[in-house]
Amino acid sequence: MDSGRKPARSPSDAPPASAARRKFINSVAAAAGGGCLLALGAGLYSRSAAALPAQALRPPGALPEHDFLAACVRCGLCVRDCPYDTLKLSDLGDPVATGTPYFHARQVPCEMCEDIPCVKACPTGALDRALTDINKAQMGLAALVDHESCLNFLGLRCDVCYRVCPVIDKAITLETQHNPRSDRHAMLLPTVHSDACTGCGKCEKSCVLPVAAIKVFPRVLAQGALPAHYRKGWEEKARHGGSLIGEQVEMPVRGFDGPTAGRSATETVVAPHAPAPDIPVAPSVPAAPPPKGAGGLNSKWKP
Amino acid sequence: MATTTLNAKPQAACAPARSLWQRQRWLILRRSSQVLILLAFLTGPWFGLWIAKGNLSSSLTLGVLPLTDPLLVLQTLLTGHVPYSSALIGAAIVLGFYLLVGGRVFCSWACPVNVVTDAAAWTRRRLGIKTGRVPDAATRYWLLGGLLVAAAVTGTLAWEWVNPVSLLHRGLIFGMGGGLFVIGGIFIYDLLVASRGWCGHLCPMGAFYGLLGKKALLRVAAPNRKACDDCMDCFAVCPEPQVIRPALKRVGQESPLILAADCTTCGRCIDVCDKQVFKMTHRFDQRSE
Repeated sequence: MDSGRKPARSPSDAPPASAARRKFINSVAAAAGGGCLLALGAGLYSRSAAALPAQALRPPGALPEHDFLAACVRCGLCVRDCPYDTLKLSDLGDPVATGTPYFHARQVPCEMCEDIPCVKACPTGALDRALTDINKAQMGLAALVDHESCLNFLGLRCDVCYRVCPVIDKAITLETQHNPRSDRHAMLLPTVHSDACTGCGKCEKSCVLPVAAIKVFPRVLAQGALPAHYRKGWEEKARHGGSLIGEQVEMPVRGFDGPTAGRSATETVVAPHAPAPDIPVAPSVPAAPPPKGAGGLNSKWKP
Repeated sequence: MATTTLNAKPQAACAPARSLWQRQRWLILRRSSQVLILLAFLTGPWFGLWIAKGNLSSSLTLGVLPLTDPLLVLQTLLTGHVPYSSALIGAAIVLGFYLLVGGRVFCSWACPVNVVTDAAAWTRRRLGIKTGRVPDAATRYWLLGGLLVAAAVTGTLAWEWVNPVSLLHRGLIFGMGGGLFVIGGIFIYDLLVASRGWCGHLCPMGAFYGLLGKKALLRVAAPNRKACDDCMDCFAVCPEPQVIRPALKRVGQESPLILAADCTTCGRCIDVCDKQVFKMTHRFDQRSE
């Protein structure tokens, strides 16, 4: 033999059956132990590495992560058929499971091809062919995580994330709010809607800041959930065309100053900052000049 | 790469000189096969000429031929996921091919790790390293069983996190980082710890393909065995030396065919034998001079 293997047994005295059996059992035990240890190690490593890092997104149509790791054979056919080189395969040591496809939105976002070639390429169904409309993809969910740096929150009109969104006005809308700092401007706040956001990552990619204020995360990280039994009263009311519990006695709210003082709790608030010189908003304090800096009323600003 | 001998007995001294082609024919064919398989995947990303997409785990050749690793599909099925028909058809084609031709033909003609372990074995012979401890050859079957159980228990393709075979092939095609350490580790293991340690004793893919090839057609035989002068060259180069003896020395069988499933049909024994004892043939060729 070529290796330094020891001779199987000494030729002088043939070992008794018990010794041969012991040797056999020893070798089987060693092989079994070694084999099981290696397999166990691989299994444990796979468990520890199975958590997807926060910024790694799966291709469109990907099964839920645990199912994905059962189905994906790491062949890279989705990567090959991605026309924008968005997808890449992870390597051993990367935080994503070895060999599986993913993308980072800030580097190359998903361009949301209408024919979804990556899903068509997948031979195993790790990318589910039930996804035929790319607008229904749920690769992740955008979240405007940094309200302190987002230019729109600072009162500027950046709007870039809103404008690049492939599902504009559905996945991201601009919500007008009063700017309490200047007291006379609007803030148009980019607001993500989880029912329409595909997680393509165009918003994160195009955020003009050095570090994006809007980021895309796997949905399990970005999305909360209401308890299953919760119902939104106003939605139920609209669905049934009226209150389900009959007319309620409306009690005025007392003890507050400010624009909503004296209104009943169910009254719809319209134009909270509309000047109301002739309507006494707080009947309990008639004709009293509003205190300085209270809600910004009467700032004496003239255009 | 020069041929080496176990007993420091130069080949040329004791035999009529054979040409380089005669001495290295099967090695050259095998390396060509390994390189061509790799090139089929690389002409696309390199030159835009797409022959095969994907990698050895699953691929699509010329846009029509799906090929999938049957062991991988078996693991997928054990996790409870039923893959699409393209993966199943691909696995069936590969399965049929290796059942017919020879299971471990994969190891010596397609697998990229084979080049690494051959290099380690060559270096080990050259440096005369005798150290280390060889694990039991049955370890690979335990490992094979272990990875199937791991797939069923964890519900994921656990082995694919570390599988050096797919790691290397994928790395060569899609770019390599941490996988290099595993491959380097295998080289060092084979060089210093266990002769032919990975492919011959541990690799569960090899074990799986070995089981597939138990009744395969393509075989190496020793029809000219009476010419054997016991130079031991074939034992020195054979990655599974235990398979030669039954055929060459009529131990437990009359047939000159190497029938053991462990034989990778690499043909190295044919190359190195100056007496031309061996030849590549089929399962039913019982001719012996």
